[in-house]
Formats: sequence, C-alpha cells, structure tokens
Amino acid sequence: MLEVANLEVVYNEVILVLRGLSVQVPDGQIVALLGSNGAGKTTTARAITGLLDVHEGKVTKGSVTWNGAEIGEQLPAKIVESGISQVMEGRRIFGELTVDENLSCGAFTNRANMNANYERVMDLFPQLKERNTQVAGYLSGGEQQMLAIGRALMAEPKLLILDEPSLGLAPMLIEQIRDIIVDINKQGVSVLLIEQNAMMALSIADFGYVMESGKVVMDGPAQKLLNDEDVQEFYLGLHGDGGERKSFRDVKHYKRRKRWLS
Amino acid sequence: MINAFLQLAQVGTGATLVQTLLKSFALGSVYVLIALGFVIIFKATQVLNFAAGALSMAGAMFMTILISDGGLPLLPFGNPLAPAEGETASVVLFFVNVLIALALAALLGLVIERLAIRPMVGQPLFAMAVITLGIEIAIRPFNLDATALEGRRLGVPWGASSWNWGDAVVPKSYIVAVIIAAIAGAGVLLFFRTKLGVAMRAVAFDQEAAMAQGINVGRVFAIAWAMGTALAALGAIVYGMAPFPPGGSVSQEIHPLLALRVLPVIVLGGLDSVAGAIYGGLIIATAEVFAGQYLSQWNSTLGSGYSTIVPYLVMLFMLLVKPYGLFGTPEIRRV
Ligand SMILES: Nc1ncnc2c1ncn2[C@@H]1O[C@H](COP(=O)(O)OP(=O)(O)O)[C@@H](O)[C@H]1O
Ligand SMILES: [Mg+2]
Repeated sequence: MLEVANLEVVYNEVILVLRGLSVQVPDGQIVALLGSNGAGKTTTARAITGLLDVHEGKVTKGSVTWNGAEIGEQLPAKIVESGISQVMEGRRIFGELTVDENLSCGAFTNRANMNANYERVMDLFPQLKERNTQVAGYLSGGEQQMLAIGRALMAEPKLLILDEPSLGLAPMLIEQIRDIIVDINKQGVSVLLIEQNAMMALSIADFGYVMESGKVVMDGPAQKLLNDEDVQEFYLGLHGDGGERKSFRDVKHYKRRKRWLS
Repeated sequence: MINAFLQLAQVGTGATLVQTLLKSFALGSVYVLIALGFVIIFKATQVLNFAAGALSMAGAMFMTILISDGGLPLLPFGNPLAPAEGETASVVLFFVNVLIALALAALLGLVIERLAIRPMVGQPLFAMAVITLGIEIAIRPFNLDATALEGRRLGVPWGASSWNWGDAVVPKSYIVAVIIAAIAGAGVLLFFRTKLGVAMRAVAFDQEAAMAQGINVGRVFAIAWAMGTALAALGAIVYGMAPFPPGGSVSQEIHPLLALRVLPVIVLGGLDSVAGAIYGGLIIATAEVFAGQYLSQWNSTLGSGYSTIVPYLVMLFMLLVKPYGLFGTPEIRRV
C-alpha cells in the first residue's frame, strides 16, 4: 500500500505547490487522482518516484511510505527497484531509440525477468510487436502511449502511476488505454491514475481524490464522486440544472466550506 | 581548385596519391578517436569538454611513464611489464602497456567526473564548459612538467619504419592508426547496442525519463567520462607514433594543440553524433592533408599553411550552411 501523508512540496525553495496532501493507494486497487491543470498532480507523482530533485523541488513536510517503508528521500532507481513505476505525463518515450530499446530501458532494474516481461507487454500491446524494430519517434500518439506503459511494465511494478495517459488522444484510443489499465490492474498491479479526464478515470477506479491548489478537496468511492454535482459540473462537463454556470471561485469556496463542515 | 586538380594530374604520381590518401586516413584516425571521446561525453552529459586536450595528453603521458620510466604514476612499485632499461618493448608488450595507459586515463576521467562534474550537474551549459576549461588549465602544468623539452619517448617497437607497396612508402604507424581507430569505432558502435549503451542513449535523449526507468544517470555519466577520456588518450598515443609530427614521443609543443585541431571535426560532424565524429574526422583530415600536399605545390604563397587553414575553412563553411553539423541534433544550443 502506498500512503502519502500531509505532503508539502516546495519548488525552488519558495513556490509552495503541495499543501498537506494525503492520498492512499491500497493494494490491488485503481485510485484516481483528479484535478485541473496546475493542481499539483504531476508534482505528487514526482514526489512519489523521487523525481523532485530534477526540478529543484523538495519535500518540506509529510511523508511517502510504500509498504510501511519511508521512500521520500530515495533515488528514482531505488524506488523503481522497490516496485513503483511511473508513466510520465506526455509519454516521454525515447524517440531516437527503437521500440525494443525503449522496452530494454524499462527493464534496466529488472534484467532477470526481462524475457517474461517482454512477452507480457507484447501480449498487452500487439501493435508494438509489429513495430518492435522501428524508431519510437515515428509511432502514432496512441502507440507511443502504449510504449510508455509497456516500458514501465518492463520493471514489473507492484504499483503503476499513470500521469494523464489520455492526454491528447482520440476518444477511441482513450477507451483502449482505459481497458488496458483495467487489464493491468487485473494482473495484480495497483494503479494510481492521474487524470483531468475524470469520466474516464472514475469509470474504472475504485476510489477517487479530487485535488485543487495542492490539496485534496474531495474524496470518496468512485461511484459516489461520479454522482457528485460539483464533480459533474467541473470535471465531467455536465450541468445538473441546465442553469447558469456558477463561477469557479464560488464553487471552490463552497467546496472548501463543505470540507470544513464534513 | 581546378588548377589544383590539374596539378594533381600532372605532378602527382600514383604513388604520391596513394601516400597522400593513406596519410589522410591515418591522421583522420587520430581525429576520429579524439572526436569520439568528445562526442560521447557531450552526448551523454551535455558537457562541452574543453579539457579534451590536456586529458588526451595526460593519457599519452601515462604511456610514456609506463614504458620509459618503468613505473606506474603515483605508485611506489614499478611496472612489471615495462621493457628492460634501454630496450624497446615487443609489439605485444607495447599494446599491453597501451591498454594499461588507457585504463589509467579512464580512471582519470572517472575522478574528474566525480570531483568536478557531478557536483555541478544541472548548472547551465556555459558554466559546465568553463569548468572543463579550468580542468584543462589545471592538468596542463602536469603534462608540461612531465614532458622534457625534447619530448618523452613512447617506445613504439616499429619506430618510424615502413613498408613499400610498389612505389608508395607506407609507414607502419599509419596502418596501425587506421586499425586502432577502426577497432575503437566499431567498439563504440557496439557499446551503444549493449544494455548500458542503450541506457546512455536514453539519458542523452531525455535525462528525467531515463531516471524514471530506474537508470542510474550518475553511473552513465561516469562511464561516459571514462570512455571519453580513454578515447582521447588513445588518439594522443597514436599521434605520438612516427611519422606523425611528434616523431615517436609526446611533444610539449605539438600535443597540447591536438584537440584544438579536432574542433573543426566536431563542428563538421555535429557535437552529439558518433557517425559525425567518424565522417568528420576523415573528411577534415583528407582536406587538410590534400591541401598540404597539392595546394602548396600549386601556389607556394602559404607553403604548408594551407593544411592549417583548410580545416577551419571547411568548419566555417559548415557553420554557415548547416550549423548543427552533418549529423548533429538541431535542438542543441551552442555556447
Ligand atoms: N519545476 C517547477 N518549478 C516551479 N514550479 C513548478 C514546477 N513544476 C510545476 N510547478 C508549478 O507547480 C504547480 C503544480 O504543477 P503540476 O504538479 O505540474 O500540476 P498538474 O500536474 O496538476 O497540472 C503549478 O502551478 C506549476 O506552475
Ligand atoms: Mg500534470
């Protein structure tokens, strides 16, 4: 189980981005982390996977524990070895390398089971099999996302963090990626699914968190969030009463209050 | 230019042409080795290594110390593989010593990466380049102090001897240079297909994404510096073999300038391209050698000066038409 508790992250020693964030990913579940642009979702992923350093970011408070062990200060390689892999926002495949070479990079920490993991990835993504010797930069957006997911799976993670996998993909491809995430989860991998596309994420998640300005403003079982008016209005693009859309600030304010009351 | 070719047809005999071609390939081999060292470091770490000159010369110094002093640098015990006093090593022993010198050069690269480069990771390109310039300045006195004015012998077993192929005189060192560069070039290309080599290319492409895969970027940097320094050292050692200008030794005057002459190669080929280093080295050396051989016959105003100028003319031309070099990646910012 992954447990992020009261996490505070600061960039460049002054920009406070996460303000006491708490999120849990129980074993075997899909947990959705929703929020609009700039809410701090990617920062959360960086804090879990040891990539804050690259961005001059630091954890100033709180903790990240993985199966009971604190992993907040560890190097990215150690975290991958401990069973957490990330599919970064924007896919970030190695465009000059072939598909196979990309997958080989994903297996950097797990050479022993490379062949078995390679087979598993190829079973999940038959498209990649046909193009395994092609330079990855020439793949389509959907194929690149599949490669990014496959590359992360080569490390044989227990927890997979996906940062906006639906970004920039056509609806049909989003559905395909969604089904694949479900398949991966069925194979016993816990998933932290970071999304702006709340509909997609909540449709497969067990539990969801909505974050805003660096903290969780709402959480609950996915089904409950799907039925929530605010979530519907702001993340699902549905207008309950068909009336005038409330200003974002009003609702945010209301949410905060609601949070205090609850 | 047309005149030059007419000259070539009239004055140049077949043997001269063969010799000139071979000399081009031999000098090109030296350039390729040093350029490869530079390119690997730049590709993996985004650092312009202005210490390439001093580092390559230090590697050649290690070789002379191993061979002529019979001792390992900084170690109290002697080199058991050194030839006896006043004798020349056998060919096999010579190459064993070359390998030891390269290992020492790689070690020097590791130390420099660890002490001077790693702590500065993330600094702007320009700051990193200045740091390497500082390393160059810091190592140079060691090179110059350790080199006697007349140069230190490299103990090349075949000296300046040559074969005769028909009318053409073929120095053995030239053939050795070409073979060594071919092996080193093939080695580098093969390395880039290994697990670590693929990881290095991944780091070169997207450092953060490589880290996210669990690739230890620090280790990749260290290996790049070790390889880069060893390749530069190999270039300087080969260049020390007669009839290359230093004439069988490490020269206080000629060796420190060697890396500077590789600058046009790197600009021509592209800072981050292995293929560029190989083609660039051969093209620049060919231009240089042919200019020295034929242009000076055609018009003697500059004498051997043509060979000095032509590589830079090629470089300037390249910067005008294709600023990222023949094979370079366009996104790379220049300092
Ligand atoms: N490297 C950085 N340095 C400074 N501020 C950053 C950096 N990365 C992100 N931020 C800021 O942190 C906030 C959260 O960003 P991010 O975690 O990327 O949000 P999200 O992924 O939810 O869109 C934004 O206001 C962004 O401008
Ligand atoms: Mg983001």
